[in-house]
This record gives sequence, C-alpha cells and structure tokens, in this order.
Amino acid sequence: MNIVVAMKQIPDLQQIRIRDRKPVFDNVPFTFGNIDKNALEAAVQIKEAGEANVVALCVGSSDLEDTIKEALAAGADEAKIVIHEGDMESSASAQLIAAAVKKMDAPDLILFGEGSGDNYSSQVGSRVAQILGLPQVGYVSKIEIQDGSAIVTRSLEDSEEVLKVKLPAVISVTADLNRVRIPSVMQILKAGKKPKEVIVENELDIKAIGSMIETRSNLAPEMQRKLIQVKSVEELVQVLNQEGFTGGN
Amino acid sequence: MAQIFVYSEITKLSLELATAAHNLCTAGDSGVCMITINNETQVAELAAQGLRVCNISAPDLNIADTAGMSIALQKAAEQLETSVILLASNRRGKELAGRLAEAWGAGCLTDIKTAQLENDNLVFTRNALNGATVATQLIKSEHKVAAISPRSFPVWNGSGEGSVKTLEVEAPTTIEVLEVRPKAGDTTDIQAADRLIAVGQGVENQADLEVIRKIAQALKAEIACSKPVATDRKWFSEDRIIGLSGKICKPELAITLGISGQVQFMVGIRDSKTIISINNDENADLNKMADYVLAADLNEVLPELARALE
Repeated sequence: MNIVVAMKQIPDLQQIRIRDRKPVFDNVPFTFGNIDKNALEAAVQIKEAGEANVVALCVGSSDLEDTIKEALAAGADEAKIVIHEGDMESSASAQLIAAAVKKMDAPDLILFGEGSGDNYSSQVGSRVAQILGLPQVGYVSKIEIQDGSAIVTRSLEDSEEVLKVKLPAVISVTADLNRVRIPSVMQILKAGKKPKEVIVENELDIKAIGSMIETRSNLAPEMQRKLIQVKSVEELVQVLNQEGFTGGN
Repeated sequence: MAQIFVYSEITKLSLELATAAHNLCTAGDSGVCMITINNETQVAELAAQGLRVCNISAPDLNIADTAGMSIALQKAAEQLETSVILLASNRRGKELAGRLAEAWGAGCLTDIKTAQLENDNLVFTRNALNGATVATQLIKSEHKVAAISPRSFPVWNGSGEGSVKTLEVEAPTTIEVLEVRPKAGDTTDIQAADRLIAVGQGVENQADLEVIRKIAQALKAEIACSKPVATDRKWFSEDRIIGLSGKICKPELAITLGISGQVQFMVGIRDSKTIISINNDENADLNKMADYVLAADLNEVLPELARALE
C-alpha cells in the first residue's frame, strides 16, 4: 500500500529567542514537528507489519532539501518536497499538499500529526481530506490495517471511539500513538541515497493561493506577577492565608 | 443580513460560544442561531436559556463522522444565510473546523482565546509558536469559521423560552462506528479546578506524591503535572498534563513544585490568578513568572508544608 506522511518543516522551537516581545528566528535551524514524527513512525510500523511504500511529503522553504533527510533517516522510503518561500496559511499549505498528492500514485493512507509544532491550528489534515474528497479521522491513538480499511481509535477528551474507515482516508495522529525511534548511523547514511523529488509549485494544479487571515501582531505575552520571594514555609502559609486559599473553599 | 451559527456537541461549550457570539454580533446581523445535530436533549437545554435553536435532523449522520458533519453544517449555513460559524476548540471541534472551512471557502482560526468586534472586523487572539507568543489575527474572508477554546467565555445565562426549528439535511456516511467507550482510568478534570498543584521533574521521588496529596487535600486542590512526569515517568495519566500539548488551565491558584517553567508548560498556566513557585533551583525561569517564590529544598519543604496546613 502507498502511505503519504505530510510533515511540516518548522523552526526548532527550543532555539527561538524573544527580544522586545518579538520572536527572533535568526540562525534557528529547521526540523519537523514532534507529532509529525509520530505520524511517520506510524507509517513505518504499518510498513513493517505488512508491505508499504512510505512517502514523506513536505511543503516549505528551500531548507527542506536538507531537513527532509531527517524523515528519510527515520524510515521514509522517498521524499517529495514542494518549495514555497515565506509563511503560508493552513488553507494554502492544504492546497499545495492536496495538489502534490494528486500527482502521485494514489495513496491508500495520508497521515498527519494532530497539529504542527509551531502554529498548531490542526486544520491542514482536515482541509486536505475535504479537497481530496476523502473520509477522515483525527486524534487517532491506534491504527490497524485490515482488508482495505483502517480500524482506528480516536482519542477525545473524555472518551474513545473505535471506528472503521475505508481506505483511502486521511488520518491525523496524537503523540501517544507510538514512541519515535532514533535513527541509527546506518540509516542516517542511507538517507542521503534515498529518492528525493522536488515538485515545482507552478506545475501543480492549484487555484491562486489567496490569504484569508491577517496577522496584526505576534508577541510574547506580558506577564505581570508580584515576584515576591518567600523565605520559609511559615511565610508561605501566611501568604496562602492572606490570599484566602486556606480554610473554606 | 447574515447570522452567526454556534455549534458544539457539548451544551456547556455551546453556551460559552453563545456568549462569544452575542459579543460579535454587529448591528446589521440577524442574530445568533444555536445549532444542534440530531440532539433533542440539547435543543431543550439551549432553548431553556432563551436562545434561538435550529436542530439539524440528519437521520443517518453519526457525530463521529467528520466529513458528514461538515456537509450537514455547510448545507445549513447555506440555507440559513450565515456568515460566521463558531465551534468549540475541543478535539472534535478542531477536526471539524478545518474541513468545514475548506468546504465552505472560509478562513479559519482555532484555539482562540479572545474574540472581539472592532470596526466590523472579527479580531481574535490565539497562542502561536508553541505558546511562546500570542498572535492577534483577523479572518478576512466573507465566510468565517472560528474555533474557541473551552473556558474562554462565561457560560450564557439567559431566560425565557427560545425558538426552535428543524432543518432536514441529508449527509452521507463515510465511516462506521464500532465502539464508543469512556476513557479508561483518570477522569479528573484539571481544567475545572480552582486550585492546582503542579508536579514537575524537580520532585524526585514518587513516594513524595503521598505528602503532595496531603497538601492538595488541605488546600482543596487537584494535582496536575508537567508533561515528562506523565509521559516519561508515568506517575500520572496524560489527562493531568498542563501545557500546550496538555490542558490550558486558568485556576485561581497554581502551586508549581520543581517546575522549571518552559514555554510549553507556561502556556497552560500563565492565565492563573496567583502562581506560587516552589523550586530547589533559585534560577528556575518559573521563579521570574510567579507571584510568590520559595527557593528551597523540596524534600524539606513538602513535609513541613503538609504539617503546617494540617
């Protein structure tokens, strides 16, 4: 079966600094979102249990040619990348991903992480499913492939649903689906030799990519806290008493 | 003029959205329409708050079927002249938001914390960059889908008998539901707690949880944790994780025990009214974002605090 894993290239969040409340991206390297890595691991496990070709599909800046090696080392058989410079809204990413999928051998399964590491809007998987006219299940914590269908567990806040969805389908996964393995040196070396195709945006069949969202500002929140040093447990209990947290409710 | 649709399968969230929707109505709008889908109980609950309710009747539609749900809502929006659809940003709501927005040609934002009307524009704030920043954004497209985080608005408190109508809609079935079950184990809702004690990696021994439970009991607080304490150490279920990939909480009091204060954690707690940080490490970032800071050995502080509160 053909599995496509859509992965988003994001700045390494641990390395973003805040200056004058603004995020600073200078020299911050790119990586993939953690949950995207869970989605890829899920695909690799399906492949190991049966037979599958796993394609990592990414849209992003030209740095992708380098970042994509991470996905190839982690078990993807091949990579397709769509280069698009600059920030993109969820609707635009979805269009590019869906158009790229249409150009491939029809996938049986398209996997996403439940949300990207940086924006976390959780829209792209749902939008791609709509564009391609496929059924979808989000927040999946377990996947089993069975005769042309997937039996999946959707994990909601207070309940779980076991669902049967006919393939092809779009599935987005949660982080607790699996534990992502660390690639061996051998896998990292092999990654460079795996097939990697750059898809040119102009060659994709897409509507003009418009913008529906305007971002007015993106600033670190201001925290106004008292910052009072408490010297002892005794003082702490006094504070709790003063603030009314002891005694009744 | 167009109206605002409100939909969540959970009545409490639906009533929070009703408050948000009434704040967003412009003078020219024809009001707020509460949508229910195949749910007579919810119709009654919403109408009892004096709200205008439209129940979508789609006999074959299952709520677990996101594609079908999206079609039902889109058809209703088209028939009833709607420009804005508010959904809850719980998991179901978020999954639905993207699909519905794509089908309806709408711009969409999720995880919204605040929503305001400014010169006829709907202006929202939401966390970005894993919570490091808060983005102020507006949806420019004619159709708008906005998914609002639980507990961002007070529950709508109305009275009188609202109106109810029914709309028949046909929606296809794309998935089969084999089983629905409550989540096993922990059912504590840390988001609903007024007081939280958050356990971090600075609490070194699992045996310390006993004394932490005593403190929690004395303060009538629930116990929550940072992510690694649940995912790596497995001391708690993942339902107790505070943070961007866990729960966003806004308690009156949050006491953090041995938590360094990484952005991913802080986003889940920074709206607390009072934050008290207790940490072995006096240089922990969280100590710079708390109201009260006690930098001392947790092994000594915890039993002493439990005794003092007894």
